[in-house]
Amino acid sequence: MQPDTVPAPVPAPASPEAQRSADVIHNIGYRHYDGPRLGRGYARVSLFSQSLRGAYGLGRSAKSKVLPMLLFAAMCAPALIIVAVAIGTKMTKLPMQYMQYTIFLQMVIALFVAAQAPQSVSRDLRFKTTPLYFSRPIERIDYVAAKFAAMTAALFILTAVPLVILYVGGLLAKFGFASQTAGFGKGIVAALLLSLLLAGIGMVIAAITPRRGFGVAAIIAVIAISYGAVSAVQGVAYSQGNFDAEGWFGLFSPISLLDGAQSWWLGATVSNPGNYGPPNAFAGIVYLLVLLAVIAGCFGLLMRRYRKVGLS
Amino acid sequence: MVRATTVDNVTVIVTESLSKRYPRVTALDRLSVDITPGVTGLVGANGAGKSTLIKILLGLSPATEGRAAVLGLDVATEGAAIRSLVGYMPEHDCLPPDVSATEFVVHMARMSGLPPAAARERTADTLRHVGLYEERYRAMGGYSTGMKQRVKLAQALVHDPKLVLLDEPTNGLDPAGRDEMLGLIRRVHSDFGISVLVTSHLLGELERISDHVVVIDGGKLLRSSSTSDFTQATASLAVEVTDTDRHPHGTDALRVALTALGVSVQGEGPGSGGANIGHILLVEMDGEATYDLIRDAVAELGLGLVRMEQRRHRIAEVFSTDDATDDATDDDSDVLETAGATGSRPKKGGSRDAA
Repeated sequence: MQPDTVPAPVPAPASPEAQRSADVIHNIGYRHYDGPRLGRGYARVSLFSQSLRGAYGLGRSAKSKVLPMLLFAAMCAPALIIVAVAIGTKMTKLPMQYMQYTIFLQMVIALFVAAQAPQSVSRDLRFKTTPLYFSRPIERIDYVAAKFAAMTAALFILTAVPLVILYVGGLLAKFGFASQTAGFGKGIVAALLLSLLLAGIGMVIAAITPRRGFGVAAIIAVIAISYGAVSAVQGVAYSQGNFDAEGWFGLFSPISLLDGAQSWWLGATVSNPGNYGPPNAFAGIVYLLVLLAVIAGCFGLLMRRYRKVGLS
Repeated sequence: MVRATTVDNVTVIVTESLSKRYPRVTALDRLSVDITPGVTGLVGANGAGKSTLIKILLGLSPATEGRAAVLGLDVATEGAAIRSLVGYMPEHDCLPPDVSATEFVVHMARMSGLPPAAARERTADTLRHVGLYEERYRAMGGYSTGMKQRVKLAQALVHDPKLVLLDEPTNGLDPAGRDEMLGLIRRVHSDFGISVLVTSHLLGELERISDHVVVIDGGKLLRSSSTSDFTQATASLAVEVTDTDRHPHGTDALRVALTALGVSVQGEGPGSGGANIGHILLVEMDGEATYDLIRDAVAELGLGLVRMEQRRHRIAEVFSTDDATDDATDDDSDVLETAGATGSRPKKGGSRDAA
């Protein structure tokens, strides 16, 4: 607030000089800005933090905080329960690997992506705010990189915080510092990969449509339904004893792709019937390469998408 | 060669033979203009190339040929530098409904590179200057069209640009809101010292606030001149007279009489519609004396003078005086009619006051 919106309350018997100086102070009119103009890097960081806060509804209406906060609680609650049980019942180790935790709670993560990726991207398209960004010094890649990084960070917070809870619980229960730290470290790496993957997929789908509803439905379909379909096919392969095929089928949905990649690379236990991951080293490398290619591809598609947006 | 600046070192926008061709349409056709500080109106029908020109000036869309410079910076190579010194207000709605004007404008200020504290301070200043007070803390979804237009203007001004490009800022406003917005735009130059390029499809409203008017149609330059030249050149008188027994065709008789006096006279142009076709003469204004001339001529012929009113030419007529061989603009030029009636032509929306 600038004081000049308030008419100067002049004390009754003020001398003319005092009156005039009060007027001068209060009526400053338009002021030019001579301060620093920070560059693209600053704008990128500003957009990143604004989008990251927006993903959890911070700085927006109370209504838009409800869903992300509920999902965040849903992600953390099982970890708290596991820790409580593990400490209370004198277990010798956590009942699951760190890396498995995210796979078990994949539905919550999928819902978060489905709700918040359109929130981050479709809003700007729908309300046509993008032209305001591109009429400023930032370039297309600044916008895409900031939005992509913000979504990844939001997902990473969602997936890594429960792992931190598990880790702290594991240490309190004295399950062994070295083993817990190694498992936690791998879990964090896997959580980062998962965040990049799902952020990429979610953003690409959300950027195609300015309609939020379509975006939500399409993201759920791609992440959750494809996992269901892959699991079903893997179940059939398992019952027929075709374990190699079961291992390969994991390539065809985002979650099972990550599951396969982390099982080969980081030694996680795959969450499918019989726990069959990539059947050999070659398959493991293919999993990892496909995972990285999908992440890079999503970034490329986003860049392409915004080439056309411009000012229109 | 593009002149970055004129000899007087004052040019804001210069284009030389600027063209933009898409596979099927030519949006800009060898446009050459030179825009100096002040308020400049850019007039054209929808699709005349106004928005294309703005995109090129912001360095966001490369020109097919020709060159342009904004504030002495080449649009082809120094787009980012231009965009840090220029503000842009789009024609369409661009405000997310669930954030407040303050938050939104602060964010946009930071996108322009203002540090957090400066962004907040400038936002408060700018919103106050455009006339938004307590409402600025409310979500923008509940704003009236007039308030939304003010926020859009504020986000274009918040980083204290040297030049603002305003695309159809009066769109959707009722006559009162239109007048307020036009007054505000005038102040952007007179009080803030920021040059303005403002587009509209209505010449009438831009004449009131602009120092200079550029008219384009079909991507071509129709006219570029200072406002005073413009209105002088385009003003004319519409005269309607009665017939008498002595002059069964009073209009024709008057036309002959006036032409004999050396006054340029035309019949009402085609497309005016109504029953008066052929009964209205358009007499070119040549100062105050023209009124007397007509009055005397009518009196001498003994005709009844039904009306004599000032009227402005249509853009098509402006165009035909410049280049009579080109007929590309005749069809859609009616949109550009610029009589006083334009001021009272409310568009969609109007001023729904937010509760």
